[in-house]
Amino acid sequence: MVGSKNRKLTRFFLIAGVLLFFYAPIASLMVFSFNDSRSLTSWAGFSTQWYTALFANREMMSAIYVTLLVALLSTFISTVVGTLTAIGISKSRKIIRELIINVNNFPILNPEIVTAIGLMLLFSSLSIEKGLITMLVAHIIFSTPYVILTVLPKLRGLDPDIAEAAMDLGATPAQALWKVIIPLIMPGVISGALLAFTMSFDDFVISYFVSGNGVKNISILVYTMSKRINPTINALSTILVVIITFVLLIVNLLPFLKKKELRGAE
Amino acid sequence: MRQLIEFKNVVKEFNGVLVLKGINLVIHENEFVTLLGPSGCGKTTLLRILGGFISQSEGEVFFDGIEISNVPPYKREINTVFQRYALFPHMNVYDNIAFGLNIKKQDKNTIKQKVTRMLKLVGLEGYENRPVTLMSGGQQQRVAIARALVNEPMVLLLDEPLGALDLKLRKEMQHELKKIQQEVGITFIYVTHDQEEALTMSDTIVVMNNGEVQQIGTPTDIYNEPENRFVADFIGESNIMEGVMVDDYRVRFDETDFECIDSGYTEMTPVDIVLRPEDIDIVPVEMGKIKGIVQSSLFKGVHFEIVVESPYREYIIHTTDNAAIGQEVGLHFFPEDIHIMYKMGY
Repeated sequence: MVGSKNRKLTRFFLIAGVLLFFYAPIASLMVFSFNDSRSLTSWAGFSTQWYTALFANREMMSAIYVTLLVALLSTFISTVVGTLTAIGISKSRKIIRELIINVNNFPILNPEIVTAIGLMLLFSSLSIEKGLITMLVAHIIFSTPYVILTVLPKLRGLDPDIAEAAMDLGATPAQALWKVIIPLIMPGVISGALLAFTMSFDDFVISYFVSGNGVKNISILVYTMSKRINPTINALSTILVVIITFVLLIVNLLPFLKKKELRGAE
Repeated sequence: MRQLIEFKNVVKEFNGVLVLKGINLVIHENEFVTLLGPSGCGKTTLLRILGGFISQSEGEVFFDGIEISNVPPYKREINTVFQRYALFPHMNVYDNIAFGLNIKKQDKNTIKQKVTRMLKLVGLEGYENRPVTLMSGGQQQRVAIARALVNEPMVLLLDEPLGALDLKLRKEMQHELKKIQQEVGITFIYVTHDQEEALTMSDTIVVMNNGEVQQIGTPTDIYNEPENRFVADFIGESNIMEGVMVDDYRVRFDETDFECIDSGYTEMTPVDIVLRPEDIDIVPVEMGKIKGIVQSSLFKGVHFEIVVESPYREYIIHTTDNAAIGQEVGLHFFPEDIHIMYKMGY
């Protein structure tokens, strides 16, 4: 009995240790966003001055705007392109399918810095002015492979006759896509979109190399201010953590709510 | 009966392999046709060409007098019950069945009436709101049939629809399918490799092998008068012997001449001979046309399956009387039990 109690304690401390290791930095960051002084290590009382400062800082607000705009647009475009590509791949002959999947995996395995420098050189050699558009294009480029990779397994899990069944019942190929295929692979499309969004949202390396003309996303901004860091960054990070927590909660609770609805219908 | 579908010299090639080698076939209105053959014989390919999911490499397909090779599947008055049903898992039973009608934008009341009628036809009243993923194989099968029939097609294609069901359910569904076909009065084209299923349900059986039609006929024709060794072997258990026609009404096999009822062959034509196991009787040695020793006897429920070894071969016999293993017996059959077929390739 003593042994089992000991084992339980070990387990508890192990899990607590892991959680502490993961979340203590985030918790400390959130706590010090409410600090009354500039210090990031010693507590001087509660205040919301850094939040006020954040919303008053035009540079920061512009970085948030750029980050969100690029993330939303690149997520939308890469999700559409990636999903359609995945559907195309799943209907291709084996040799073409394998080839495209391998080509698709390449940018994922390739070090980010290589992609970044490659894109930078490409934009320079084509003398495209670096700015919002180049950042958006780059983000679409590096997100799309992840969307393809998450949608493909969903397509593989479908009944191979399902699109034919829809057309057999009078649906045009477009109707079969919208009414049958897309709804069935939706979970994969949504996780692909979430992945694309987070990839774009916190990207630094590639964005840094392909942006210019004062266009900065949050990562670039934080990097450039790292020498004169102040708790506004903590305030910004806190807001992001809260948003992400909410999104995760919704994503995880949705299936439960849906199941309840189904049971209610029966 | 009016001619509804005609395949004219249909050839299909996949990556250099000939899957269909020139199929000619006519199917009539209100006919229950079964395409029967071993896997890989091309029967499903032929069905998919008719459904419009693949196109033939050569040849023509006529539907109601019109060549339909370039008509997409969604414009054909043909519906299909797929092998694994291919139901839409994100919809309930009602929405699955209503899918085709919703696409055609029929009004809600008409759809409701038609779906309700279909649910009644397949015996699934009260299951409207059930998600299809929570249904048994047999129930999913019924949904698939209702989903196809609700569109009032002129032809229903069924691709081995009972393959996934257990024996008892399969028998039940065989009768039910036949009943449904008679009730709705349309052409059913049914693909299977199960000869018993084909014999039970069909008006016409098309036996296929290696991309070719081997024989077309009624179940009794196919069973009693197989045209060649393949058909005889595939349809039911058989004793198949090689022999020659000695003369009209005389056939020689196992170095013995037997009386038969076939004539019109040129003398000494090599032929294949079929003796159905149920046509052979076990009699005392002196009364038999062939002599042999009982090798084994298996109880099969209705009959015994007895193997008798003669000096030339083993014969399979189905009889209700058992015989002791090791006993010497005679085998008896009547002249009309001997079925003569031209050898394949002649």
